[in-house]
Amino acid sequence: MQQATPRTPLFTEADWDYDKIRRAYDAIENIAFGELGLEIYPNQIEVITAEQMLDAYSSVGMPLMYKHWSFGKHFARDEQLYRKGLRGLAYEIVINSSPCISYIMEENSMTMQTLVIAHAAFGHNHFFKNNNLFQQWTDAKGILDYLEFAKSYIARCEERHGAQNVEIVLDAAHALMNHGVHRYPRKRTLDLREEQRREAERAAYRERIYNDLWRTVPKAAGGGATPQQSGLGERKKLLNLPEENVLYFLEKNAPKLQSWQREILRIVRRISQYFYPQKQTKVMNEGCATFVHYHIMNRLFEQGLLTEGAMLEFLHSHTSVIFQPDFDDPRFSGTNPYALGFAMMEDIKRVCVDPTDEDRAWFPEIAGNGDPFGTLREAWATYRDESFILQFLSPHLMRKMRLFKLRNDASEPYLLVTAIHNERGYRDVRKALARQHDIAYIEPDIQIVDVDLAGDRKLVVQHRITRGVLLDEAEARAVQRHLANLWGYEVRLIEVDAATDAVRKEHPDVGPSVELS
Amino acid sequence: MSGMNIIDRRLNPKGKSLGNRQRFLKRARAQIMRAVRSASGGRSITDVEQGDKISIPSDGLREPVFRGASAGGIRDVVVPGNKEFVEGDRIPRPPSGGGGAGSEGSPDGEGEDDFRFVISRDEFIDLFMEDLELPDLVKKKIKHSESFSTVRAGYSVSGNPSNLNLVRTMRNSLSRRIALRRPKTEDIEALEAELKELEASGKDPARLAELLAELEQHVLRSKRIPYIDPLDVRYNRFDVVPKPVTQAVMFCLMDVSGSMTEHMKDLAKRFFMLLYLFLTRRYRHVDIVFIRHTHVAQEVDEETFFYSTDTGGTVVSTALQEMKRVVTERYPANEWNIYAAQASDGDNTTYDNARAAGLLEQVILPLCQYFAYIEVGGEHKDWTGRETELWRTYKTVAKPGGVLAMRKVRTRSDIFPVFRDLFAPDRSHA
Repeated sequence: MQQATPRTPLFTEADWDYDKIRRAYDAIENIAFGELGLEIYPNQIEVITAEQMLDAYSSVGMPLMYKHWSFGKHFARDEQLYRKGLRGLAYEIVINSSPCISYIMEENSMTMQTLVIAHAAFGHNHFFKNNNLFQQWTDAKGILDYLEFAKSYIARCEERHGAQNVEIVLDAAHALMNHGVHRYPRKRTLDLREEQRREAERAAYRERIYNDLWRTVPKAAGGGATPQQSGLGERKKLLNLPEENVLYFLEKNAPKLQSWQREILRIVRRISQYFYPQKQTKVMNEGCATFVHYHIMNRLFEQGLLTEGAMLEFLHSHTSVIFQPDFDDPRFSGTNPYALGFAMMEDIKRVCVDPTDEDRAWFPEIAGNGDPFGTLREAWATYRDESFILQFLSPHLMRKMRLFKLRNDASEPYLLVTAIHNERGYRDVRKALARQHDIAYIEPDIQIVDVDLAGDRKLVVQHRITRGVLLDEAEARAVQRHLANLWGYEVRLIEVDAATDAVRKEHPDVGPSVELS
Repeated sequence: MSGMNIIDRRLNPKGKSLGNRQRFLKRARAQIMRAVRSASGGRSITDVEQGDKISIPSDGLREPVFRGASAGGIRDVVVPGNKEFVEGDRIPRPPSGGGGAGSEGSPDGEGEDDFRFVISRDEFIDLFMEDLELPDLVKKKIKHSESFSTVRAGYSVSGNPSNLNLVRTMRNSLSRRIALRRPKTEDIEALEAELKELEASGKDPARLAELLAELEQHVLRSKRIPYIDPLDVRYNRFDVVPKPVTQAVMFCLMDVSGSMTEHMKDLAKRFFMLLYLFLTRRYRHVDIVFIRHTHVAQEVDEETFFYSTDTGGTVVSTALQEMKRVVTERYPANEWNIYAAQASDGDNTTYDNARAAGLLEQVILPLCQYFAYIEVGGEHKDWTGRETELWRTYKTVAKPGGVLAMRKVRTRSDIFPVFRDLFAPDRSHA
């Protein structure tokens, strides 16, 4: 560490202006590149008002989004909470795009702007650019163009086919959005610009080969190649079943959809895919950004670039961000990703620089390697929440957070403490916490398993029960209805035990409630 | 310099989410309507008019996803803050099914039983009054006084000096001067200068004479051709356009004799307010006339109308007579859309019935666009069986499709349905 040389502070007053922001940015950049070794997309910082922040909130944080009533609903609720003072606004929103766009609010004090730039424009930005999930699943360069395309495409559909009809498709697609992701990437197009071009090409091709005469050709009676006699196995092979990407399956196979409806499903699926990494890296992403801002702010202070007042203001908001209430605290609402991520990364830094014997035993590869930032950069690039916790949660931190594991078995009248932060429990607790952050474990496993093509075309959907938890019935019924609307025929939902394949519950079949047009 | 761009977006158009909000309101319409109506039944109209927080059930606004049920199964959960537990301890289950320590909640952490949000005054009134139609809206008369506006209408050659259009005038002047080749001042000055020089030098007398002649010619010409001719002058022209003013007057007639309880007056007030709200939405200008009556009628202000008590018998025709007087004096029927609402508990002195009916049929109804008779009943009194004096009297006057409509109201919650009923577009049953 270089010796702190007293310099004039970057700012002394709370008000911000562009000059100060630029100076702060440059100072932050020095530390981020020079000490932390971050690698980022070019930054674009946009100043917005509180109202615009609310706007951005309501449309899943994206600057461009197609229109849908659910965004209006979220806006109404957020606005309500905000006006009542029940909820503050986030200080920033950052978008995984290149250039990386960070929104900062005009109300923020200069200290907050500095914090936000360190947090979003460097912390999140580095994570977006380097984490392999983001690299695999998202196309930072193309996302804004793609959203622009999606927005105008859906607006055009509304004009041409009626807002009502578009809404039905979007409602249904949103209900199935979580099941619109290829979890195990096969052949994927990363390039979203390419996507747009291909859609235009597909449309042009359809128009070119359109010949009205085909309509007049009598339909083949019975049809030669109907899978009438084909067994379940063949049928599944034909349709690539089972398929867990429900939206993809519908886009490709739903018999009644028109091409624009398929395209809307595709758009929703693409957006879902884009957000998929964010859902899996909440702890890491926030942890990374928090770690980065904490380091940078402290270094700025050491260099005499921040006043003591600014530093106190920063610490106040920093500590409230990483506050983790205990399980019996009325404020408790699960683990705080900021708190867990930040604590783990600080802990990794400690292990690298100043390890105990226990750390050496648990983390022989990194303990005492003296390169905390290199180790963290490596972790940021490689892991997602689940594997990160499984790999790096140390006994030291488990003790510090006093983590323990509870078993809630519905058939017992009590909760059972199954493991605590002691020698016997470390691995158990760590594994359970990791699972808790595994999206494949949190979200129900839904698959399309069969279609009765020859008969009534009933679609069979299966829920594979992992921990004895059935689906919420009312919600499931509603989603089933949406699914049926897209499929056009009845949908059956069966819940089977993942371990034994035994059928645990059969939901009543649900048919479409509207005829798509 | 760093690779950073900073952009000020604060001036970007606001209301980006307006489209979303409209879609949301449309979607939630049925629920919002229900909420608005129940609000109007339970509270004072003045509050309702402010636009309000409303709470709607979230069916139809639900965004369902496949998610695990909140109960059942075996869940392992790791939580922070252990104080005294060791492995194998049993903790009694917290009362609200797995809540507290084991609570995972819904994935996005929102409970959605009821959805509360604020709608603006305009949105509220729009929904509130939705698909109600004013009867006989056609009579839109132009009121003559103070309803003219002036609009620009080209140019004229005559007018008031303050309306002088300088640009037009000077343009005409310039083109005329060019066309008639009026010598420019600079030309004359140049000529004079040359002349002076020549005179001083004393050379070339022939040229001197030539110049003198030319100068004389120029001066003469510029005198003959004026710089600004009356011909050039243009004035801004204004037209006076009559501005159509749609205006309505609303007569509130109420029996204030002792038999009208506070409850009944409250019902009547609510009805009047609804009507007022409704009229202000359709007409730019709405006057209200309050007429109260016992055995005599008088025009009063709002305060007196609703809150002061009076005693006496009940003679309905006096109120109708008073209304007729006010109409004749101040609201000629060809200029005003006249609406009337009468609230009464249905009492009338028996000898007056025929007179009231006659007055109503012959004089009042022909003047009115709409005449609503609201019979208010006591909260507890059961009067469903018996028809009141006034009800029977008015029934003889009421014709299907006519302007007289009659309804009975007993509780607050009846008000809005009755109001809707009266103004619903299809009034064939009225």
